[in-house]
Amino acid sequence: MPLPRLIPCLDVAGGRVVKGVRFERLTEVGDPVELAASYSDAGADELVFLDIEATLDGRGLLEQLVARVADRLAIPFTVGGGVRDERDAQALLEAGADKIAVNSAALARPELVGELAARLGSQAIVVAIDAAGGEGYSRAGTQRTGRGVVAWAREAEQRGAGEILLTSIDADGTREGYDLDVTRAVADAVSVPVIASGGAGTARHVADALEVAQAALLASIVHENPARLTTLRDELRELGVPLRDAA
Amino acid sequence: MNVAVCDYGAGNVRSVVAAFERLGVTTRSTASPTEVAAADLAVLPGVGSAGSAMDVLRERGLDTALRERVAAGGATLGICLGLQLALEESEEDGGVPGLGIVPGRAIRLRTERVPRIGWAEVEPGGEAYYFAHSYAAETAAAVLRSEGIVAAAESGSFLGVQFHPEKSGAAGARFLARCLSRV
Repeated sequence: MPLPRLIPCLDVAGGRVVKGVRFERLTEVGDPVELAASYSDAGADELVFLDIEATLDGRGLLEQLVARVADRLAIPFTVGGGVRDERDAQALLEAGADKIAVNSAALARPELVGELAARLGSQAIVVAIDAAGGEGYSRAGTQRTGRGVVAWAREAEQRGAGEILLTSIDADGTREGYDLDVTRAVADAVSVPVIASGGAGTARHVADALEVAQAALLASIVHENPARLTTLRDELRELGVPLRDAA
Repeated sequence: MNVAVCDYGAGNVRSVVAAFERLGVTTRSTASPTEVAAADLAVLPGVGSAGSAMDVLRERGLDTALRERVAAGGATLGICLGLQLALEESEEDGGVPGLGIVPGRAIRLRTERVPRIGWAEVEPGGEAYYFAHSYAAETAAAVLRSEGIVAAAESGSFLGVQFHPEKSGAAGARFLARCLSRV
């Protein structure tokens, strides 16, 4: 197995990075490219950019931002938020993204996952699932779908998803630890890599998530201070988590 | 020194161009067989599926340009799908004939999780690079391995890598610099 991955997540809105608690209360944190570069320097294995406004108000995708990030950074990154069809996805990949995350559009029309995978390859398609109480939510965590998280993850894999990004709405922003139960349930149900998301507060939380999932998304634990990623990596190594040498 | 990156609609050309430009070499993406033939280093990047990628390479005459370039000893670097396309065939998409530059074939991975995504160490050397693939080369021309999987293969003036040096941080930049120094 490849090494466990630490993936800082930048929620972007209007070209800036923002952070919410339990999907609400957005506060601005900084310029995406600068933060991305800081994370890369601090040893991030990958990055995720989620345009959290795109789905809600239908704004276009942040291709310019993607291009600036691709020109500056030499680590992989995923872009999500408002990807509706092959054209949206293709444009983001051409701008320099490595992977596309789809969420609401895939829930509304699951065939989209297969279409994207056929055109771009499974390795470029991340299906993001927002979960609360075992149920998948759509529209940035605001709308119930009635779909069980595990069943939807399995279906997404069968349709061609290359990774599952599983966010616990309940745990998101709380810093009380990842939702290990739902993460384990999904990781056991699929054979594609799973990225755990939501709730990281301590190195122990992250280490626990990496026992279950192949990667851990990091948001509020590192946002206020990207240098925190450097110390977090040291703490994880002390806990026995094998991380790459980023030098 | 100039680098030509084959643009054939198969993925992240921009990142490959940017990675070489950060090393200070003039780099352009091109769909022109003439430019691919003339460059000091030609790069065949690629993500996505083998079948549609080969179709576009043929449509644009890049398949012949690449074969002739390697036969003439021109330095050529294949990345990810670019390595798999250089083989004789791929079992992807029900079987796809490749460029035949490197002996062997691309086979579906049988690892615990597929796609195999993430940073993994490569031997000899022990550096970690970023991988994202569902198929891998099975070839006698392997020169690097990662967890038993072919990470690089070399045949004549062609070097193919399964990992993404353009996405592998400082280690990837060092790798690309070594490629340039051999041209």
